[in-house]
Amino acid sequence: MTLWWIGDVVLLVVLLPVVVYLLHGVLAAAQSVVPTVRQIAGVAAAGSQDLDAGALLLTTRDQVSQTVAGVANYAGSLDVIIDDAS
Amino acid sequence: MPAAGVVMVVAVVLVVLALVYYLVSTIVALQRTAAGLDDVIENVGGIVAKSAPVNEIVLGINEQLDAGVDLLEGMLVRKAGLIDAVGLVDGLYPGAAAAGFRNVPDSAGLVVPRIGEVYTKGTLTLARLGREAPIAAASPAGPVLRNVEAGSHAARQLYPGGRPLHADALPRSPVIGSDAPIQYEQRDDIGAPRKRLPVPS
Repeated sequence: MTLWWIGDVVLLVVLLPVVVYLLHGVLAAAQSVVPTVRQIAGVAAAGSQDLDAGALLLTTRDQVSQTVAGVANYAGSLDVIIDDAS
Repeated sequence: MPAAGVVMVVAVVLVVLALVYYLVSTIVALQRTAAGLDDVIENVGGIVAKSAPVNEIVLGINEQLDAGVDLLEGMLVRKAGLIDAVGLVDGLYPGAAAAGFRNVPDSAGLVVPRIGEVYTKGTLTLARLGREAPIAAASPAGPVLRNVEAGSHAARQLYPGGRPLHADALPRSPVIGSDAPIQYEQRDDIGAPRKRLPVPS
């Protein structure tokens, strides 16, 4: 009978607090991840939204191509009307 | 059942309840984390999808610009000569003469005239057109004759009160016709026989 009481005391005084302490630590760590993940999700959403203007690069490429073509035509005309240096 | 056994059962029940409470709470927290990570994955996937063609597009833009630079540099060297061409570019972009032209390896480090600093804008325009602008050739290593940062100072001295947009009064165009305020006499010799030189006797 004494061993039963010793077991009860160990169970209530040692095992239960240790279990509660360890599980509380796990729960605190798991809950601390949630706001961090939400912040990361917000940043990723903002980054994705910032890249919406990336599609305009296609327009920029077309504009650059047209500009370079115009410069080439202009340079061709200058090449005809201006004498070479040597 | 003895009292010790009852206490043991109660203690085990307490341990199980603690396990259930904390494990369920942990599961809920991990589910929230998983949901947040799903949002992260979705947005990161959007970032990846949107940034995927950027490299190709930027490379295309760079190729176009490189072709334009090669074209203009080549024509500038051919029309203005290497030294003047580098001087012109250095005048527009100070310090560019040290790097020289990409397609002309010997152009780096040349002693070029300070065209952009010394020449007036009109002369620089003429130089751009391929004509010689020998102003800088007189003292290429001397002090700067024209300050590019205050290049408008000399021009502004011509108009201390500000450059007028137009003259105060311009002469009006002459009015002609039968009802003109000023009538000019008609020349008598118009329509008459042409005068002839006297015949020597």
